Amino acid sequence: MSAIATVFKRELASYFATPVAYVFIVIFLVLAAAFPFYLGGQTFFERNQADLLPFFNFHPWLYLFLVPAVGMRLWAEERKSGTIELLLTLPLTMWQAVVGKFLAAWVFIGIALVLTFPIWITVNYLGSPDNGVIFASYIGSFLMAGAFLAIGSCISACTRNQVVAFIITVVVCFLFLLAGFPLVLAAFNSWAPQGLVDAISGLSFLTHFASISKGVIDLRDLIYFLLTIVFWLYASAVVIDLKKAD
Amino acid sequence: MIETQNLTKRYGDLTAVDGITFKVEPGRVLGFLGPNGAGKSTTMKMIAGFLNPTSGRALVCGHDVVDDPIAAKRVIGYVPEGAPSYGEMNVRQFLDFIADVRELKGERKRSRLDDVIERLRLNGVLEQPIETLSKGFKRRVGLAQAILHDPPVLIMDEPTDGLDPNQKHEVRTLINSMAPDKTIIVSTHLLEEVHAVCSRAIIIAHGKILADATPAELEARSRYYQAVSLTTGNIAAAKDALSQLPDVRAVEIDPQDHRITAFPKPGKQIFSAVSEMLRAKNIAVSELQLESGRLDEVFRTVTTQEAA
Repeated sequence: MSAIATVFKRELASYFATPVAYVFIVIFLVLAAAFPFYLGGQTFFERNQADLLPFFNFHPWLYLFLVPAVGMRLWAEERKSGTIELLLTLPLTMWQAVVGKFLAAWVFIGIALVLTFPIWITVNYLGSPDNGVIFASYIGSFLMAGAFLAIGSCISACTRNQVVAFIITVVVCFLFLLAGFPLVLAAFNSWAPQGLVDAISGLSFLTHFASISKGVIDLRDLIYFLLTIVFWLYASAVVIDLKKAD
Repeated sequence: MIETQNLTKRYGDLTAVDGITFKVEPGRVLGFLGPNGAGKSTTMKMIAGFLNPTSGRALVCGHDVVDDPIAAKRVIGYVPEGAPSYGEMNVRQFLDFIADVRELKGERKRSRLDDVIERLRLNGVLEQPIETLSKGFKRRVGLAQAILHDPPVLIMDEPTDGLDPNQKHEVRTLINSMAPDKTIIVSTHLLEEVHAVCSRAIIIAHGKILADATPAELEARSRYYQAVSLTTGNIAAAKDALSQLPDVRAVEIDPQDHRITAFPKPGKQIFSAVSEMLRAKNIAVSELQLESGRLDEVFRTVTTQEAA
């Protein structure tokens, strides 16, 4: 456990040692705050409702580009700079390294998410929103970010090129986001058995996030995101092990 | 103590390391020599626990690197090729991180940190980001992380590669100072290094061990071992005279500096015979030297012979 904490600490500190962290946080906050006011069918004010639904509705799309930007460096950079050899010859298990690095990136995104609190204060000032729903939405949003990030971790482990990692992660995340929608399902409908099509549509991030952001914390949605994270982290460990020699 | 038994690594059809077996005792410095791509790094990576062997095994202080990797990694200090470290961290943070992963605590942590900072003279750069340091300092940081936990086993992949002569000397001094109580493996393709630090050398090429001996024994294999070289104005006469000596096998003239070298027949010593002959023939020499054997020549012979 303490090994995970040590890796976590180093990794998180390294985000803030470079301008990357600040650039990311500023862009995240600006976009997260601007979208709900300017984009979408009904903007924040037009709805005339004191809630944060327009704010959370944009999170999947925001994460689609910003989370891969955090995830791309996780392993690609270690591979490129050769530090992967240093890290994996220290007395740690692969799992501790994978989880420690992932948690650091996840907490980093969590920090950015927490810093959106002014919009929560604003909506409380303007009306009396259901803060339980807002809290649930934050949890759901954070879990979804974790799922995106775990995908990013695995793809970052496949390459030493961060740009490649970024682009592929965006594509894979996009597929997962829209797994329940015709865009993705049409590719399977014609040949795959109905069971498989249903299974794929059940993988959609959007569907699982939508119910959480309405304030319904269903255990199945939580488990879905946690399992997704565990699966992709496991895949990361496997990929790193297989591709160490490259 | 490091022991490998038939250590092998294959990538598809390519056999990078092919059944390497050796044993290094504490107090010994083993030099790993070989052309680029010979399998030196791959062998070291397997011993350090970074790569898994395809077959065979490696034991470090009795711990199998595959079955009990954490125990093995605890007793190893490893400097990967190029001595990578986290560039965005400063030296103090980086060493602190390594100390934490190595589970050094309290007084022990402080004294070990003080020791390596002092030994590698990192005092002036502790607060600098590693990526802003010069190559020599980066290398020192890489070495510092490897010896921080005072490991009984040290594995260094080309620790002096790319350093200037003074820096090379510093690294070699460091290795020598640690040699008496540690088991050390150093890979290199610099042959002078073998003399400077190694008590034993293994030459590998194409993943196989081609020679395993002390540096002196390797030199004795050289054609130049016990040969006599001289420089004179009277080349033709000298060549003639030396060729007549019974124990001289051949006489060669260097095409560049016209230095004459007389090679002895196997097991013969010719130095006194040569100097007497020169005196007898009244040939003036400006320089006369007994050759001790040339490692680079042995290296070339050993590694190219097998390839052909």
